[in-house]
Amino acid sequence: MSNRIDVKKTYKLYINGAFPRTESGRTYEVKSAKGAFVANPCLASRKDLRDAVVAARAAHAGWNKATAYNRGQILYRIAEMLEGRRAQFVDEIMQVTGVTKVKAEKEVTNSVDRLVWYAGWTDKIASLAGSTNPVAGPFYNFTIPESMGVVAAIAPETPSLLGFIDSVAPIITSGNTVVILASTKAPLSAMTFAEVLATSDLPHGVINILTGKKEEIAPWMASHMDIDALDISGLPAKLHAETKVAGAENLKRIHSFKSADPGRIIAFMEAKTVWHPIGL
Amino acid sequence: MSFEYAPAPESRAVVSIKPKYGHFIGGKFVAGSKHFPTVNPATEEVLSQIALAGKAEVDAAVKAARKAYTTTWSKMSGKERGKYLYRIARIMQERAREFAVLETLDNGKPIRESRDTDIPLAAAHFFYHAGWADKLEYAGLGTSPKPLGVAGQIIPWNFPLLMLAWKVAPALAAGNTVVLKPAESTPLTALLFAEVCQQAELPAGVVNIVTGDGSTGALIVNHPGIDKIAFTGSTEVGKIIARAVAPTKKSVTLELGGKAANIVFDDAPIDETVEGIVNGIFFNQGHVCCAGSRLLLQENVAEEVLHKLKNRMEKIRVGDPMDKNTDVGAINSKEQLAKITELAAAGDAEGAERWSPACTLPTKGFWFAPTIFTGVTQAHRIAREEIFGPVLSVLTFRTPQEAIEKANNTPFGLSAGIWSEKGSRTLWASQQLRAGVIWANTFNKFDPTSPFGGYKESGWGREGGRHGLSAYLKGVSHE
Amino acid sequence: MNFYGLVDGSDASLKSYLNNLSGVDQVGAEARAAMLATRSIKTSSKRWAIDTAITMVDLTTLEGADTPGKVKALCTKAVRPDPTDSTVPSVGAVCVYNDMVSVARTHLDLIGGQHVPVAAVSTAFPSGRASMAVKIQDTQDAIDAGAAEIDMVIDRGAFLAGRYIDVFNEIVQIKQVCGDKAHLKVIFETGELVTYDNVRKASFLAMAAGADFIKTSTGKVAPAATPPVVLVMLEAVRDFYEMTSTRIGVKPAGGIRNTKDAIKQLVLVNETVGPDWLNPKLFRIGASALLNDLLMQRMKMDEGYYSSPQYVTMD
Repeated sequence: MSNRIDVKKTYKLYINGAFPRTESGRTYEVKSAKGAFVANPCLASRKDLRDAVVAARAAHAGWNKATAYNRGQILYRIAEMLEGRRAQFVDEIMQVTGVTKVKAEKEVTNSVDRLVWYAGWTDKIASLAGSTNPVAGPFYNFTIPESMGVVAAIAPETPSLLGFIDSVAPIITSGNTVVILASTKAPLSAMTFAEVLATSDLPHGVINILTGKKEEIAPWMASHMDIDALDISGLPAKLHAETKVAGAENLKRIHSFKSADPGRIIAFMEAKTVWHPIGL
Repeated sequence: MSFEYAPAPESRAVVSIKPKYGHFIGGKFVAGSKHFPTVNPATEEVLSQIALAGKAEVDAAVKAARKAYTTTWSKMSGKERGKYLYRIARIMQERAREFAVLETLDNGKPIRESRDTDIPLAAAHFFYHAGWADKLEYAGLGTSPKPLGVAGQIIPWNFPLLMLAWKVAPALAAGNTVVLKPAESTPLTALLFAEVCQQAELPAGVVNIVTGDGSTGALIVNHPGIDKIAFTGSTEVGKIIARAVAPTKKSVTLELGGKAANIVFDDAPIDETVEGIVNGIFFNQGHVCCAGSRLLLQENVAEEVLHKLKNRMEKIRVGDPMDKNTDVGAINSKEQLAKITELAAAGDAEGAERWSPACTLPTKGFWFAPTIFTGVTQAHRIAREEIFGPVLSVLTFRTPQEAIEKANNTPFGLSAGIWSEKGSRTLWASQQLRAGVIWANTFNKFDPTSPFGGYKESGWGREGGRHGLSAYLKGVSHE
Repeated sequence: MNFYGLVDGSDASLKSYLNNLSGVDQVGAEARAAMLATRSIKTSSKRWAIDTAITMVDLTTLEGADTPGKVKALCTKAVRPDPTDSTVPSVGAVCVYNDMVSVARTHLDLIGGQHVPVAAVSTAFPSGRASMAVKIQDTQDAIDAGAAEIDMVIDRGAFLAGRYIDVFNEIVQIKQVCGDKAHLKVIFETGELVTYDNVRKASFLAMAAGADFIKTSTGKVAPAATPPVVLVMLEAVRDFYEMTSTRIGVKPAGGIRNTKDAIKQLVLVNETVGPDWLNPKLFRIGASALLNDLLMQRMKMDEGYYSSPQYVTMD
C-alpha cells in the first residue's frame, strides 16, 4: 500500500494555453526545503520568451475587447478552480518552501481570496481611473483607462503562489496579456497554477508562464521591442537600473511594487482622452 | 478689385526686452556668466543675450529649490499654496498682451495664436491647478499624498509659455518646487514669468528659472539633488533621459514626439474636415507634437477632399507673425528649417508628389511654405518620421479596419483625428486607435482639465486633469 | 427644364440629391466663422470695405405702417446716403412691400436714382403661408409695378415636413413669373430651419430650382444672418459654381447692424467664394440701421475723429 511508486509530474512551460517544453532542452533542479530533489522544471530560453510574447500579443486583441464583466467572470472561475484544488497547492508549498501547514493553508486561502478581489475590479477600475472632463468649449471630453498590451513580469521568489498571483492578476484585470517568469527557487506553484488557468476558460495566450533564471531572461524581456511594460517586483534591486536602460529603447513602462493595490492595475493602463463636438 | 488686407501689425510697444538676461534663482534675478543670442525667427533680429547656465548656476538653483521646499513650501497648507497659483494666473491674464507679443517675437508664431490660444490656455492652466492644491486627498492617490520634492523641468520651444504652465502649475499645486529650463531659442516668456512670480510674492526658490542649452538640460537631468524630471521634447532625447535616470531613484515623465493619423471617412462633414486638416498640420507652423501629420483619406472621397484642401490652402496667409491677419508664421530656427527641408527633399526623392500654394515668403528669417505630399505610403520616410513643420503626408485607405491598422502602425502614439458623422463608427475608431489623445471632428484642442500624453514611444504619463497630478505626487504602491 | 443636370424634377431625384450632401458640423462651422471674425481690417482695406458695403446695402423698409412718405424718404437716402458728401456711392437696392413698389420706382426715377433697382418681398412674405395662386399674384403685382428683384420666402413648413419637392416647385414657378424681368432671391428664414444641415440642403435645393440669389432671412425672426449661417451658404455657392460654372448671389439680412458686422461678412465672402463675389451683383446686405453706421465710420476714417448720429440723416 504505501510502497506504491507515485507518478511524478514533469513540469513544462505554459505558452499559448499549451504546455510545451523549453526549446532549449534545458532544465534545472528544484529542491525541497530539506534539500531533497523535487523536480526538473524547464530552464526557459530567450526563444521561449520570444514565443510567449508572440502568443501574448496575438491574445491581446481578444482579451482587451472582452467586456470587463467577462474578464471578471473568468478571474472568478480561476478562483473557483484554485479553491477546488487547495490541497495540492498546500502540499507543494510546504514541500518546496518548508513552511508549516498552517502557513501554507493561509497562503492558499489568501490566494483564492485575492483572485476574487481582482475579479471584482475589472468593471470598476474605469470609474476610478477614468473621468469626464469639463473642457471650456462645446465638446464632450472623456478619459478612459485602457490596457497597454503585452506586459512582462518577474514574480517574487516568495510567497510562491500568492506573490505570483499578485503579479499576474492586476496585469490581466484590465485586458493586458502577460508573460511571467515564476520564482526561480519555488516555481512549482506557478506551474501547477498554469493547470488551473488551463481549466478556467482563460483564452490561450493571456497568461504565459516561464520558469528559469532571472539574470538570463530579464535582459531579453527588457530589450524586447514588442513588450509594452514590465513588472520588475521580483527582480533583484541591483538589476533594476540596467533593465530600465534597456527598456528605454521602446520606452517600456517599468514598475515595481510592494503590495496588492488597485494602483497596480492602473499602473499598467494607459489613459486615453477623447474629444467630440456637441452640436446640431 | 480684390480685397487685400492692409497690414495690421500688433504694437511692440507693450514689451520691453532687456539687452541681457541672467537667471532667476532664489526669488532674484542673478547675472549670468556666458551668453548667447536669442533671435526673432521672422527677421533674424537679435532680441537679447541669454545666459548659459553651467554647473554653478544649476547647483545654486537646485539648492534654492530644496531650501524653499524644506523650509517653506512643504510646510505650507494646500489652501495657501493654491492662493499663490491663483495670483499667478490672474497676473498672467492682466499682462496677457505683453506675454503674447513677447511670445510671437521670440518664437515666430502668429500673434493671433499667442493672443487667442497660448496665453489664455497658460493662464487657465494655473487657474485650474490652483484649485487642486487643497484637494489632493481626493485625487485618487491616497488620503495624504506627498509631493516628490524638487522637480527639474525641461521644456521645448514650440509653446514656450504654455509648456511652462503645463510643468510648473501641477508641480507647485502638488507641493513641489521647481528648477525649469526653457528652450534655447525661446527663453523670453519664461523670464517674464519670473517677474510674475515676484509680483505674486511667491516665496523665494519655489520657482527657479535657468536658461541654457542641451548641456544645461543634462546638468539638470543628472543632478543628484533633483527628485523628479519632467521633459517635453523629441523621442530621441526622451530615451536618453530615461537611460540616464534608470540607475537613480528619480521619477520621470516624458512628452515626446508623434506622427498622428488624421482619418477622414467618406461621411465626414467635408468643409469642417478641410478646416480640421489645415488646423491639424499648419497650426503653429506644424511645430506640434500632436500634429495631424499623416492624413488618411478614405479612397472614395480622396480626390474631392484634396481638391478642397488645396483650394483652402491657397487662402493661408504666411508672413509677419506680428500681423494680426497672419495664419502661419516663421519656422522657429535655422536648424529646424534645415530638418524640415531635408525631410521634404526625402519625400521628393522617394517619389511622393509635393504641392504648395503660391506664397511669397519674406527674404529674411526662417520660412517654409505649407506643403502637402500625396501618393505617400507607410514605407516613406515622410510617413514615418516626425517632420515638425508645415508638411502633410497624404495616404489613402479602403476600409475602416485598414485605416486603423495604418494609423496604429507606428512606434508613436500621441494623438489621432477621426472625421465622420457616424457616432458609432467614431467611437469604434476611438477605441481601436492606440493614441493618448483622440480628436473627433476637431483637432489640436487643449484644456487644463483634459489629460494629454502618449502611448508607446510618445512618452510616459499625462499632463492636465486629475491624471496629470500623479506625475508630481508619490503613488501609494510604487517603490 | 434642366436644373443644371443635378436633379430631374422628381421627388425621388431631389430627395436623393439632398440626402447625399455632406453634413455640416456645427462646432466646426462656428469655429471657422469665429476665426474669420478675427481678421483685422484697417486703413485702406477698411475704407474700401466700407464703400463696397454701402453699394451692397438693400436699404429696406418692411413695416405695416409704411406710407408713401416713408418710402420716398428711404429712396432719397438710398440714392444719396450723405447729402453733404457726393463721393458716397448709392446703395444696392431699395427693398419694400409690393404695394409700395410703384411709389419707390417713381420717386427714384424722379431724383436721379434710375440706377437703383427696387426689390419687392413676395410670396406672402414673411410667413409664406398662402395659396400658390396668391403667391404668384403677389409676385406678378410687384413686377408689373416695376420691381427688378423679387425676394421670395420658401415654405418652411413644407421643408421641415420633408416635402422638399413642394418647396422646389414653388421656386420654379415663381422663377417663371420673374422671367427675364426680375432676378429672384430665395429667402430660407434660417432661424426657422435651425440646423446648418438644413441651410446647406435649402441652398442646393434653391440653386438647382433656379434662384439667382439665396438669402438668409426675412429680418422678422432671430437668429438671422449669423456669420456661420452665411458661411455655410457661401460654401454651398462655391461648390455650386464648381459643379455648374454658375455664380449665385448671397444676401444676409437681419442682425447686421454696424460696420464691424458688415466687414465680417465681406471677409467671409473673400475667404470662401473669393473676390469675384465682392460686388452688388453677387452680394447684398439686407439692412436699415447699418447704412448710417457705415457712413459714420467712413467719416471717421476721412476726418480722423469719431462722429455722431447728428451728422448722418435719419432717413
